[in-house]
Amino acid sequence: MTSLVIIGIYLSILLLLGLCAGRLFKGTSLDYMLASHSIGPFLLLMSLFGTTMTGFSMVGSSSASYRVGIGIYGLMASSSAILHPLCFFLIGLRLWSLGHRHGYSTQIEFFQDRLQSPRIGWALFPVVVGLVIPYVLVGIISAGAVFNGASLGLFETAFADYGHGIPPWLGSLVVCLVVLTYVFFGGMRGTAWANAFQTCVFMALGVISFFVLVKGIGGQEGFLESLKSASSAVDPAKLSREKMPHREYFAFLLIPFSIGMFPHIFQHWLTARNAAAFKLPIVAHPVFVTIVWAPCVLIGTWASADGVLPAGVNPNALLSYLVSAHSGEVLAGLLTAGILAAIMSSLDSQFLCLGTMFTKDILKRKTGTDEEDRRTVLLARTFVVAVVAVCYLLSLVVPGGVFNLGVWCFTGFSALFPLVAAALYWRGLTASGVYAGILVTAALWCYEFWQSGYGVDKHYEFLGIHPVVSIVAGSTIAMIAVSLVTKRPDETTLARFFPEHRSN
Amino acid sequence: MKSIVWPLLALLVILHHDFWFWNDPTLVVGWIPIGLLYHVGLSLVAAGFWLVAIKYAWPGYLDDDQAALSINGSSAGDSAEVQQP
Repeated sequence: MTSLVIIGIYLSILLLLGLCAGRLFKGTSLDYMLASHSIGPFLLLMSLFGTTMTGFSMVGSSSASYRVGIGIYGLMASSSAILHPLCFFLIGLRLWSLGHRHGYSTQIEFFQDRLQSPRIGWALFPVVVGLVIPYVLVGIISAGAVFNGASLGLFETAFADYGHGIPPWLGSLVVCLVVLTYVFFGGMRGTAWANAFQTCVFMALGVISFFVLVKGIGGQEGFLESLKSASSAVDPAKLSREKMPHREYFAFLLIPFSIGMFPHIFQHWLTARNAAAFKLPIVAHPVFVTIVWAPCVLIGTWASADGVLPAGVNPNALLSYLVSAHSGEVLAGLLTAGILAAIMSSLDSQFLCLGTMFTKDILKRKTGTDEEDRRTVLLARTFVVAVVAVCYLLSLVVPGGVFNLGVWCFTGFSALFPLVAAALYWRGLTASGVYAGILVTAALWCYEFWQSGYGVDKHYEFLGIHPVVSIVAGSTIAMIAVSLVTKRPDETTLARFFPEHRSN
Repeated sequence: MKSIVWPLLALLVILHHDFWFWNDPTLVVGWIPIGLLYHVGLSLVAAGFWLVAIKYAWPGYLDDDQAALSINGSSAGDSAEVQQP
């Protein structure tokens, strides 16, 4: 019960942070959605990193390395350490500059303006929202699993169907309500503050959990002896990439590009106070990736040895189970709060972003007068509430494992990446080309997701390789081919996006 | 220096596909798998690379943009006022 009290205190601190941020709220939509472009380097680093690292990064990485071993680090983490900063550098900086200059709040506003196509949102919006939803579900489902894993056996007379622990649906509900509260009142500033706090928490507690679990899993007196004992008990195949196909590993290099088209990352980029604020996130991101992923991958790999994880324990609840089993209740509560922090630091940005998109892209709210602006904020908050409710209900019925849901979501965004890259760097891009790219992405993604049994077949390949390759290739080819034979925006528009002085 | 930044990035991407440690389960100092150690090192090298990139390949136009926005006293929603430098 102590661990639940600690989690309760942690969630209360988050609520307090959100309410404090709400007191600084200026009442404008610009402040609610973009924190009035006031975020400096440290908060930008923490909010970008916290948003990027999801339940997938802690819960998914440990359960995936439990299944396939240390190869998961190279597959997902080191590629991200190299390519995420590339997206910040090449895409984020330029979008920040254009967004700051032209007053965008969402990706769709950028595409509409860049392509002189007010209707492009009707094609892009459902695809982007449809891809964010699975990503949100990863977080909500993970949160439920974490709550359940941390409380197994705590309630002797209740929740027998859930191992006498908190049912996942209840844990997910609590997390949704907490995130909703601080996003509702604090907007983007509350989200950024909460992200910074949560990023500090999950990084610190991730490292602490590693040191605690080394002793617990290794079972030796000394730390180094425990490390050696834990590693030596693992199947050698999981200490290498013996069972990981080269082509899958190569294909996964495309996955980190998904960050370039995440609408919530776009929104965070626009919060930057100035271009220089990007420098710290670009350099520190790879280090932070290492701090979070390496311990999780090692713990997951160690857990695959005989006798570490009892039969019947869900691998998605592996971290929280091991923490509960090998540490005192206080530490278990703190470490579980750390895992929840990683999950919630993404959910908040996603909820706020979806609310912003419905407000700006669907209702096309203008913000001319103070009264209009107040109504826009009210609408954004209403949409945030609706988005949280719909996502929570969906999480109760969706099939498939956490890891697979995440990969399919990233795959879709990777396929949309060529659109934003071309919009920023290719004058020849046309609205028709973007329509073609979006439609091909949607068609191929739906077909291949269906063929994979809605994500259940974890080894599904299309034409002998991971689906991300065919979907990215299809999207890129369609975009280029159609753009080459259709009319590009007029020179006045192009001059706004490609002034000569930007060639350097 | 700027001209070698992007070739260096390509090299990092190539080094990411380390077929030389693919089937090697060796435990360095008795506990850390060599394939994992290599990729942790690669991640840290990436941080160093990006430090070099922002020093030598930082897009100069951003400073001009920031100055233009400051002069106009604008932050957002003002595309009619601030379009072309």
